[in-house]
Order: sequence, then C-alpha cells, then structure tokens
Amino acid sequence: MPRRSIHEVLILRVVSKGIFPFVLLFALYVQFHGDFGPGGGFQAGVIFAAGWVLYGLVFGLTELQKALPPRWVEIGTALGVLLYGGIGVWSMFAHGAFLDYNVLDHHSTVHGQHRGVFWVELGVGITVASVMIGIFYGFAGRRRVR
Amino acid sequence: MVPIELVLFAFLIATAAIIAMVRDLLSAAMLFGIFSLLSAGMMLLMDAVDVSFTEAAVGAGISTVLILGALSLTDYAEKRSTQHRISGKLVVLATGGLLIYGTLDMPTYGDPAAPIHNHVAPEFVAGSRNKLEIPNIVTSVLASYRSFDTFGETTVVFTAALGAMLLLGGGLPRRAQSGTPDDAPDERGES
Repeated sequence: MPRRSIHEVLILRVVSKGIFPFVLLFALYVQFHGDFGPGGGFQAGVIFAAGWVLYGLVFGLTELQKALPPRWVEIGTALGVLLYGGIGVWSMFAHGAFLDYNVLDHHSTVHGQHRGVFWVELGVGITVASVMIGIFYGFAGRRRVR
Repeated sequence: MVPIELVLFAFLIATAAIIAMVRDLLSAAMLFGIFSLLSAGMMLLMDAVDVSFTEAAVGAGISTVLILGALSLTDYAEKRSTQHRISGKLVVLATGGLLIYGTLDMPTYGDPAAPIHNHVAPEFVAGSRNKLEIPNIVTSVLASYRSFDTFGETTVVFTAALGAMLLLGGGLPRRAQSGTPDDAPDERGES
C-alpha cells in the first residue's frame, strides 16, 4: 500500500473539520468561565492553540498560515502582555496601585475586581495561544537539515 | 478493592520506566503524552482541577505535538551510547533518595494543621468569597491576589517565545526553494 500523506486521509479531514470549531468554542468557554469553573487564561490559550495546531496538522502549514498569518501570531504574543500591563496602568490612572482592581469600577470594588480579572485573564489567554501557535510555526516551518 | 491512586501510580512508574528504556524516540514521545495524562488523573484525584487541566492540555496535548515536530527534524532513534557510566546512575539514585528523604519531613497530605493552610490561605479563601465574589479561588489568587506573579509569568512566556521565534524563524513561510536544504540563517530578521 502506498504511503499516503496525512493531508489526504479523508476521515481525518472530515472529523477534524467537525471538531475544530468546538475546540475553539470550548477554549472560549474555559477563558470566560474561569471565574466560576476550573480553567482560566492559560488553559484556554493552550486549548485555543491546540485547535489551530490540529487544523495545521491535518490541512498543512500553508493552509493554516493562510487562515492565521504568522504576523498576527507575532502581534498577539505581544498584545496579551500589553493588555495585562495596560490594566495595571489603567488602575494607576484611576488613582490606585499598579494592578489594583478595586478602583476599576467607581461603584463597587467587586465589579472592579471582576473587570480586572476578566481583562488580565484575556491578556494571558492571547499571549499563551499566540506563543503556542508561534512555536508550532517555528518547528513546522523548518526543513530537515542534515 | 484497590484504590485508584495506587493503580495510577503503578501506571506512572511503569510508563516512566519504559520511557527510560525505550530507544525509539517516537514511542518515547507518545509515552510522554500518556505520562502527562496519568499525572493529570493524579492531580484530579487530589482536587487540583486547574493543575490537572493544565497538565492534560499542555503535557498531553501541545508538548507532544511540539516534540513530534522537533523529531521530524532529527532522527527517530536514540543513539546507542557505548559507555555506561556508573557515576551517572549513582547521581540519579542519590538525588532520588534525597528527594524521598525530603518528603519524610512534609506534613501528611490533607493535614489541616499544615503551615501552608495557616499562613495567608484562610484570608484568600474568605476574601475570594466575600470581597471578590469569585467562586474559583484559584482564579482569584492567580489573577488578583498574585497578579504581579502572573504578570511576571506572562512576561516569561512572552520572552521564551521571543527567543524561540528568533532561533526558529517564527514559522515564516519559505516556499519556492524546492529541494535545496536551507541551512542558511533566516532571511527575514524582523520577527
């Protein structure tokens, strides 16, 4: 039997195409439900990246980079850290200490805390997802060197 | 009935032993994934759901793919070493023995009088419910009480990725050079 490339296996293509949106949806659930259930930005970022890596494994790196250009991944890597630090600076502008979420809402410290945790976790999620996809790009984009 | 912890531990040790012995690196990579999944099960039994989640996603998921990606660039078989140094085994045994000796001083698992449960933890547990109103204490500690640490960790992840992307080229597309193995450094240095 001739050896087929992974990109030609029909079952893999169909199944992974079906799973892919749900993996991303689950990542979003883990991201935004992290206050109430297990998970948070880090786990969500990894699951999000895993969804794209699955897509890249089955459909090829070229297809993946068409959908998610490396430039975006690079930007996302920095964007998450900037978002996290930006929340800290925002709380300083609101006359609080760096990353003091209590001052982020004028009416209630609880809402301020929720707001801070939400954005900070989103920053972590964006950075982790971009980093994982970026490292995958790094490995998959190389050729074998002898 | 055998407790599930014992079964998981037995499988963990067996997997670790096989990883150490196996010469085929592809099998080793797969076994690493199984090892991570088993550790995730252990964490779950200890009620550390968040850690278990991370272990399953990172250890069994992403890192297996990354190891496979690295393997596709090298050989699948481990080089057989010609010399068996006794000193290496001694160092491993001594380190393992010291680690086990160190655990003898630790409080028993789940002991409410353990120092870790009596320092700042009660305040965090109470504050997470009353001041923050975030049911998942792990999230409130990570993102609010210890937000400086998490900021540092995010920066570490960012820095690590920066290094990896600079070394590996960040997966920038390079088509149209069919056949020629490019051992030249990356042309695009802007990443």
